[in-house]
Amino acid sequence: MAILVEEDTKILIQGITGGFGGRHAQLSLDYGTQVVAGVTPGKGGQMFADQVPIFDTVEEAVAETGATVSALFVPPPFAGDAILEGVDAGLDLVCAITEGIPVTDMMKVKAGMQGKKTRLIGPNCPGIVTPGTGENSHGGCRIGIAPGYIHKKGSIGVVSRSGTLTYEAVWQVTSMGLGQSTCVGIGGDPINGTSHLDVLKMFNDDPETEAIIMIGEIGGSAEEEAAAWAKENCDKPIAGFIAGATAPPGRRMGHAGAIVSGGMGTAEAKKAAMADAGIVVAETPSEMGAALKKAMG
Amino acid sequence: MNIHEYQAKELFEKFGVPTPKGDVANTAEEARKIAESFDSNLYAVKSQVHAGGRGKGTFKNGYQGGVQIVKTAAEVEEAAKNMIGEVLVTHQTGEEGKLVSKVMVADAVEIEKEYYLSILMDREHSCPVIVASTEGGMNIEDVAEETPELIHKEVIHPLAGLQAYEVRKLCKKLGLSGGTAKAFAKTLKSLMKLFIECDCDMVEINPLVTTPDGEVMALDAKFSFDDNALYRHPEIQALHDPSEEDPREVEAAKYDLNYIGLDGNIACLVNGAGLAMSTMDIIKHSGGEPANFLDVGGGATQEQVANAFKIICSDPNVKGILVNIFGGIMDCDVIAKGIVAASKEVNLEVPLVVRLEGNNVAAGKETLANSDVDLIAADDLADAAKKAVAAIS
Repeated sequence: MAILVEEDTKILIQGITGGFGGRHAQLSLDYGTQVVAGVTPGKGGQMFADQVPIFDTVEEAVAETGATVSALFVPPPFAGDAILEGVDAGLDLVCAITEGIPVTDMMKVKAGMQGKKTRLIGPNCPGIVTPGTGENSHGGCRIGIAPGYIHKKGSIGVVSRSGTLTYEAVWQVTSMGLGQSTCVGIGGDPINGTSHLDVLKMFNDDPETEAIIMIGEIGGSAEEEAAAWAKENCDKPIAGFIAGATAPPGRRMGHAGAIVSGGMGTAEAKKAAMADAGIVVAETPSEMGAALKKAMG
Repeated sequence: MNIHEYQAKELFEKFGVPTPKGDVANTAEEARKIAESFDSNLYAVKSQVHAGGRGKGTFKNGYQGGVQIVKTAAEVEEAAKNMIGEVLVTHQTGEEGKLVSKVMVADAVEIEKEYYLSILMDREHSCPVIVASTEGGMNIEDVAEETPELIHKEVIHPLAGLQAYEVRKLCKKLGLSGGTAKAFAKTLKSLMKLFIECDCDMVEINPLVTTPDGEVMALDAKFSFDDNALYRHPEIQALHDPSEEDPREVEAAKYDLNYIGLDGNIACLVNGAGLAMSTMDIIKHSGGEPANFLDVGGGATQEQVANAFKIICSDPNVKGILVNIFGGIMDCDVIAKGIVAASKEVNLEVPLVVRLEGNNVAAGKETLANSDVDLIAADDLADAAKKAVAAIS
């Protein structure tokens, strides 16, 4: 077991013929992921890398291949439409990698998804990895842009807003000889589909996950909400880290959502909320692995 | 992205949010002509800089106050002469201040009462939220802290939009009735239309005033636009004033680099926003001060890395450099080659600490070792930060 995706989950790639989407589709294939379809309007009937059929619509791709999850690399002006197309086709999960989607577009997309079965991860996220059992975790399900080889099948769940910080945490966990159940990048945008809290609940319910690393950053209050829930409800040890303690107020630190405004969303408040919930907070990103060890006792 | 007050006034006029009569002037003479163009016995002359606290600011020439209320067109000209071409220092500009190249001349309308009104994109509800208060003209964060009961919020449905009952509720809470309530309703609807159509993150009117004639007017405004949506608003992009920004940031933007200048002396070059923030944090944690935030992105090219390197080296405050790369997909050797190429070009004179990890790291380390670049290699991020701090002390 893992969360969100298993080794044999069939995925399709929206935007597979773009440079970025194509490159990462190939890396997922190389990792052993079940990439069964691509979708690019107007390019239906072609093949990707001589092995993955391309369709004009998500509906056709689902009907022909049985794909249940989408990795979305569609450029920002068309990404909102592409997410809703995935929802319309009844996918279980849409994972939007695209960075730079206008906030009002995401507002409408999120409202349009109300009551539908599809879950959205992202946008502006590195994706999801459920490591496989092969060499360098080959054979796992890699959705998005994370480097597959740094993973190792195991029992640590990782959830983060940031890509490279996730890799940093994953690498430390792997180097310690432990491995990951699933790693989820929820993205750095102010409006996203899945929160830290949503993922914590999934890890808590997943029998394979024994401990959790939760990585947050300045801006918003999602980390505080997750910590408050964990304090009362989470049965598993959690280690945490928050980036952006030295970020100047009022400035967006790379991620559209990483901003301290009006004294809200500071690293200090988030760390305090985590510590209050019994989460072992790493002072620096180098200490995430050590914090995990401490949390696990 | 932020804009000037006069640009905000132009946007308000376009969408039907009432503002006092007035215009923007580039010279003292233009300022006088604007004052002469409409009848008034009181004029406001306002320095056009992005920073707040203009009224209480001081010019480097000794002139007090970046906002003046005067009685005649001649006095308007005099005030404008003291502001245009001068540097204004406020609590938000820092010591170096901001050069004032334009002033706004406006009718200083008679005020009955001041209010606060803003719309912002709320991440918790994933939709716009209206914030209104009877405590206009004050710092709203102070009001929220001291008298939270005087702050009224309406959460707007993302698809249905602003409803009439929501406006009525706010009018009731603000104590507005009759013609003033009608004028407020019209203003708020116009403001909401502007907020959505221009892809704003936030628009704030402080103060919004009522006049003895029952009019409602925006006397000052602050806008923040969603950078992600600027591609579909060339007219708003055209309002961008690079002279209001750190020149290093303007330069970095040319190469699609995410750079924010800070006051410290250890520069950093990192891939990924989260890791870049954490690198700043760990420099501070190790006893140093970061000179910048710099995210070269997940797919940076050798050229981008070289340009990033040049920008951080051009900062005279920089006494040391920390490069922290976790090459996931990004090839560490690409980064290494970029560093070598750039350090040759910029004639590197400060210590350089490099931490490389990840994809093709062996080749990257070999590229660095075989070059004649003088650098300090680090094993992990903590080690790199310690070495960077030690190297400059």
